[in-house]
Amino acid sequence: MVQTTAIEPVSLDPSRRRRLADFWYYFSENRGAVIGLWVFVILVALALLAPLIAPHAPNAQYRDAVLLPPVWLDGGNAGYLLGTDAVGRDMLSRLLYGARFSLFIGVVVTTLALVGGIVVGVFAGYVGGWVDTVIMRVMDIILAFPSLLLALVLVAVLGPGLTNAMIAIALVLQPHFVRLTRAAVMAEKSREYVIAARVAGAGPMRLMFRTILPNCMAPLIVQATLSFSNAILDAAALGFLGMGAQPPTPEWGTMLAEAREFILRAWWVVTFPGLAILITVLAINLMGDGLRDALDPKLKRS
Amino acid sequence: MTGPILEGKNIVRDYHIRGGMFGAARTIHAVKGVSFKVDKGRTLAIVGESGCGKSTLARIITLIDAATAGELFIEGRKVDISKGGLTPEMRRKVQIVFQNPYGSLNPRQKIGDVLGEPLLINTTRTAEDRRELAMAMLKKVGLGHEHYNRYPHMFSGGQRQRIAIARALMLNPSLLVLDEPVSALDLSVQAQVLNLLADLQDEFGLTYVFISHDLSVVRYIADDVMVMYFGEAVEYGSRDAVFSDPQHSYTRTLFAATPRADVDSIRARLARKNAA
Repeated sequence: MVQTTAIEPVSLDPSRRRRLADFWYYFSENRGAVIGLWVFVILVALALLAPLIAPHAPNAQYRDAVLLPPVWLDGGNAGYLLGTDAVGRDMLSRLLYGARFSLFIGVVVTTLALVGGIVVGVFAGYVGGWVDTVIMRVMDIILAFPSLLLALVLVAVLGPGLTNAMIAIALVLQPHFVRLTRAAVMAEKSREYVIAARVAGAGPMRLMFRTILPNCMAPLIVQATLSFSNAILDAAALGFLGMGAQPPTPEWGTMLAEAREFILRAWWVVTFPGLAILITVLAINLMGDGLRDALDPKLKRS
Repeated sequence: MTGPILEGKNIVRDYHIRGGMFGAARTIHAVKGVSFKVDKGRTLAIVGESGCGKSTLARIITLIDAATAGELFIEGRKVDISKGGLTPEMRRKVQIVFQNPYGSLNPRQKIGDVLGEPLLINTTRTAEDRRELAMAMLKKVGLGHEHYNRYPHMFSGGQRQRIAIARALMLNPSLLVLDEPVSALDLSVQAQVLNLLADLQDEFGLTYVFISHDLSVVRYIADDVMVMYFGEAVEYGSRDAVFSDPQHSYTRTLFAATPRADVDSIRARLARKNAA
């Protein structure tokens, strides 16, 4: 026994480290993915540190500095690096705080959609028969609607606000997870190790979530990353349409909507939130592509 | 223990194929009324070509699928999984080793967990207990303590098959169904695994149902032989009786098709070739 406990950390470590190393090898093959990862890490850091690095409070209005241009233009003020909006709020501070909202939306929506989708999908794939048919037809119906339109309808029913917008977006994104999970579960279900676990006496719950599910995670992780950016985008769109976060919340989409009328006079009020959305979504999508390359065995060039 | 460990009476298994858009519904008779009996500590070999129903029969014996008709007795008790659930005691009496060692181990499960899982599900033993039992079983199948925390992809085919055997034995079954356990392995490893199986049979007093299409393997390990052909048992008897005096024409064809590589038969073949 003494000997085995001494051996354990050594024999456990290499496999995990090797898997990580393997993963990193395939991930770093894709240069865009690595750049995306770094941009994303920086965004997370900025969002977390927003109260420390933001020069002003996000909702503080400076009446003497309305629609000030960014610092490198004529009339710019070093106190407001990216200029101010129509009521004198500092753009940079609002964008930094907005990153918190966007990332929070991404995390919550993806988690909701992922967990819901996995539970429903595993159930549909494992049980099969008419249960599967009913679930999949419902998912097909949800997928048949344009996603933003359906989210809009749901928000209209639930009432505008950030929480309801997140619930609506999660519901709209969920069918993708259900489909992926179901397909993966159906492929794994008939494998011999599942039958072996059954012969060992494992019940359906254990088979579904302990035996089969861990082997279906790779495509789900990829889909989750891509949904993350989708969620941010949809939330921004809902915000822009006035159905998501309500002003004065410094959410990027809402900021865009507020700035619509100044688009010709003060381009920076519209451009910077738009750019923030663009960069975030692009970084996450690049990262997702890299993840797919690294986790999907079919795409591995080995 | 008196009486046979395993007895099957007129086991029938039909598969119904639903009619699609273009075809009518069909019924395939995979196993057509097979009867057999295995005593404790003996090995029954089931031989036949691909698609003759051997594996279907294996799944019925292992209580994975229910038989359409017929009776199955394990240790003298009648088992029918189509009616009512299966008690853990019955479940642990029969275990199976699959043909393909690359598909039968969960790639995300460490060997220690593979071996501990049956105990975790069926017993109330502590984690420390399970660990010790798993370690002991690893030793018995010829692996070491250092393999406990590894993943299946780090093992060779023969080692994986040893792990699969170890997993099957964790619950102390009285009957082990071996579904072509060595046909995916190369020849030298086949011999190792067969010797291991023979040793384990002596040690634990196991009863084997050995499914194979390799007659040389069957001749080595079996006590009784059943030859299946299109879902029917065309020949059933002791190994010596079947091998020395095959009754059914299919059995004779099967024996004739076995390549022989001893020196005498090679000389005879060369002589025939030269004469021609």
